[in-house]
Amino acid sequence: MREPRNTLKNPEHALRIFRVRASLAVLVVLLLSSLLVGRLCYLQIVEHEVYSTRSENNRVRVEPLPPTRGLIYDRHGRLLAENRPTYNLTLVRERVDDLDATLTLLVDLLQLPADEVEEFKVRSRQRQRPFQPALLMSDLTESQIARLAVNRHRLPGVEVQAQLLRYYPQAEIMSHALGYVGRINAEELKELDPGNYAGTHFIGKTGIENFYEEQLHGRAGLRKVETNARGRVLRELGHTAPQPGSDLTLTIDIDMQQLAYDLLDGRRGAIVAIAPQTGEILAMASVPGFDINQFVTGIDVASYRGLQEDLDLPLFNRATRGSYPAGSTIKPFMAMSGLIEGVITPEQVIYDPGYYQLPNDDRRYRNWLRWGHGRVDLERALAVSNNTYFYSLAHDLGIDRIHDNLEHFGFGTRVAADVAGQGDGLLPSRDWKQARFEQSWYPGETLSVGIGQGYLQVTPLQLASATAVLANRGHWVRPRLARSIGEEDVPADLPDTPADIEVSNDSYWDRVFSGMEKVLSGREGTARRTGAGLEYRMAGKSGTAQVFSLGQNQKYNASELRERLRDHALFMAFAPVDNPQIAVSVIVENAGGGSTHAASLARAMTDAWILDHNCGLPEQESCLGGNDAESRP
Amino acid sequence: MITDLLRPSRAYPVKQSQSGISRRKTIWQRLHLDPWLLGMLLLLMCSGLVVLYSASGESSHMVIAQAIRFGVALVVMLVLAQFSPQTLMRWALPAYLFGLLMLVAVEVLGDIGMGAQRWLEIPGLIRFQPSELMKLAMPMMVAAWISRHELPPNWRVLLGCAVLIALPVGLIARQPDLGTSLLVAAAAVFVILLAGLSWRFIGVIVALASAALPLLWMNMHNYQRQRVLTFLDPESDPLGAGWNIIQSTTAIGSGGIWGKGWLHGTQSQLEFLPERHTDFIVAVLGEEFGLIGMLAFLMLYLLIVARGLWLAGSAQDTFGRLLGGGIMLTFFIYVFVNIGMVSGILPVVGVPLPLVSYGGTSSVTLMAGFGILMAVHAHRRLLPR
Repeated sequence: MREPRNTLKNPEHALRIFRVRASLAVLVVLLLSSLLVGRLCYLQIVEHEVYSTRSENNRVRVEPLPPTRGLIYDRHGRLLAENRPTYNLTLVRERVDDLDATLTLLVDLLQLPADEVEEFKVRSRQRQRPFQPALLMSDLTESQIARLAVNRHRLPGVEVQAQLLRYYPQAEIMSHALGYVGRINAEELKELDPGNYAGTHFIGKTGIENFYEEQLHGRAGLRKVETNARGRVLRELGHTAPQPGSDLTLTIDIDMQQLAYDLLDGRRGAIVAIAPQTGEILAMASVPGFDINQFVTGIDVASYRGLQEDLDLPLFNRATRGSYPAGSTIKPFMAMSGLIEGVITPEQVIYDPGYYQLPNDDRRYRNWLRWGHGRVDLERALAVSNNTYFYSLAHDLGIDRIHDNLEHFGFGTRVAADVAGQGDGLLPSRDWKQARFEQSWYPGETLSVGIGQGYLQVTPLQLASATAVLANRGHWVRPRLARSIGEEDVPADLPDTPADIEVSNDSYWDRVFSGMEKVLSGREGTARRTGAGLEYRMAGKSGTAQVFSLGQNQKYNASELRERLRDHALFMAFAPVDNPQIAVSVIVENAGGGSTHAASLARAMTDAWILDHNCGLPEQESCLGGNDAESRP
Repeated sequence: MITDLLRPSRAYPVKQSQSGISRRKTIWQRLHLDPWLLGMLLLLMCSGLVVLYSASGESSHMVIAQAIRFGVALVVMLVLAQFSPQTLMRWALPAYLFGLLMLVAVEVLGDIGMGAQRWLEIPGLIRFQPSELMKLAMPMMVAAWISRHELPPNWRVLLGCAVLIALPVGLIARQPDLGTSLLVAAAAVFVILLAGLSWRFIGVIVALASAALPLLWMNMHNYQRQRVLTFLDPESDPLGAGWNIIQSTTAIGSGGIWGKGWLHGTQSQLEFLPERHTDFIVAVLGEEFGLIGMLAFLMLYLLIVARGLWLAGSAQDTFGRLLGGGIMLTFFIYVFVNIGMVSGILPVVGVPLPLVSYGGTSSVTLMAGFGILMAVHAHRRLLPR
């Protein structure tokens, strides 16, 4: 190897090289520096305005202040829907020093199974941008919150956040009437006012919560805040308070609702009770119900499928959407139609041989009693539920007049003012049949409609509403669920109220009522056993609806098949006859005859309202005023 | 060849008798310090502390901690300034080998922090980054190597340099710390350039480097690629990786000519700026002191570099000159890369602003570099002219 030459041999040369190179380096340094200066000048002089604005926006942020959703009370001020604070566990990864240790400690503190650590790890990654908190767990218990608070210093980046969550104390019995709120979905988002809903996560999905969404929600407020990049609010600069949603007082009486639910418990059916003079819906139960609280935070797939595939259809609101053949409960309305149209008089008597025959037709339309009731007038026809009388009446009226008169009672229409998701039922007409089947109307079909069978279908709400109109002697008050919204009472006269039913002779009402009273109190009355021991005058009519066919996609085993082929039991009633305080409709699916299986339920409802609440008895005219609503907090 | 370096060079005959008999030494000469350079460094440190006070959210605790580090750094500088260049040259190889060993140790058992292994820890004793040591050991080693041969370096010497550079740079890049590895390489490259690398060679290397770029890209970690992509278009990810750039340019731009005033930068005070007291402290400076403040700092840096280069140039031996020049150019590159990164003309690499950003290790390394520079300068009288 060659001995390296000593640089000192030529120090001047080395120095010269260095000087040249150093000068070049200085040149490059100056060049790069001017590049920096140029950039700084561009940022701080040329683009200063742009960045100044951006910086200002950066500092000040407008935050929506979501309004607190209005509470819902029953008519006596008892809470039906409230907002409960719940606590969520969140984590900001950027602020956590040692994620694994933190998560392990959390699982330990919360006394969760050790494998939750992995779950937490997955959740801690679910967020879109830096410093955004990830939701680890919702609905912490108080002891969990306490344990977290004590160990707070060991858990930087971990926070417990409060959130108001809708809670329904009467979840099951009120499920259909009240409805529920749920997270706003993409479709709803398109329809909503983005400003007003900027901070809101929940929206009324069904029932009252849906119908009165606007009033319950309120108006969002705003606040201008100075924040740091982590979104932490440092100072509030301005504030527009949100307008909380209005509290809603319903016409529902929770005791009546509970009773209705209990009466049907274990079966399938619906009970609707209305105060005829005011249209107030006192109870509207559809059984079975379900726990609406599950739907607030989002029900899990398995539970939802369970509810959906349940043969008893708990999610289905029978009271407002269930379409049932009216059966004999249509007869009082048929009778009124005949009287109004002058087709019959109360005194007119027909002879019932046990069947009815259309002219020029061999077919016999049978009375339910094979050998017939013999001589039958209006009141007896109602009391014994004679079919022949009503075949004859229906034939004389014809489908067109039947349709128009029943429609006046509210059949085939959406009667209630503020009930979300009402069904139409089905009030057939020639036009309907032509449109539906492209067939003309046959006279025999009119007879079926006359006894509440055939195409005719009613909802429990329609039946109760029509009963209320009947009890009101034709005076229409639209059924409603809201009694007052915020401070404001809902007026008796709501828009779109149908015209009152005009009758030439007012005593016709009394004759029909008398016939209905005999159903319960008469010697031959179909529901005379139920009517035994009545302390007030009650008018009613039983009905038995034949179940024609099964749902096409449903599979039943043999014993269930037999059960589900049984007739539906119906009953409609109002009381007291001379000062009606309650009109009620009862439908019990596959229970058998209405006089035996539904009448007692209606009686229990009227008993409860009239006797327990002392309503409409001679001592007290009515108890529908604002008498006991003061108990509200 | 290497073993030659361990022997004291004949280039520096020790002649104590000649050391300043006629003239009285000034206090600076006794301390082997350059008062001009020291003064500017102290001015920079003090100004840095003022900015840091604002950037740290008015944390006097942090400012005091930083001041203590500066004190330590000054002591390190003072100590290093006492060694003669010959001693430093003797130390070059051991320091280099030690650094290399440490880097291997990091590779094997290093601490994982921020997705990169950079720290080496002897529990309870010390925790340091071997790559910091390399920032000085690297130019020392290369300068020592080159100065043992005739200038300009021939291809054999350059091949040796390539090996000397490749080993530590490769290890640091594997940690992975691309920014530091490039800076360490730069320190060595400056030394070679100052030594008079032929222009033909420079051209060939530039061509090779351009050809190697795609290869580099393929070997980069995802976060490193992300940084490059974000640099090219920060708006593409405004809340993720582009956040830093957008916020820092906003801070600087909104400062305008005169700035918003000390402690009044909204971007900085409201924590919109990430790492505002470390790598992004320039944004605080630009926002609160405006263009004027930025230019003042830049001027101070340039004066320090100029003085440093002059000191290096006045050294009487090749080793001192090359080492001093290399250290000063590296110092400038730190400044350039940091300000360029924060103002959005360079991709984000973890380079602090020298003597202003919060952090002990880099300050000590920098001041050690200045200590070496002063040593080079102050001991020149040992040689006969």
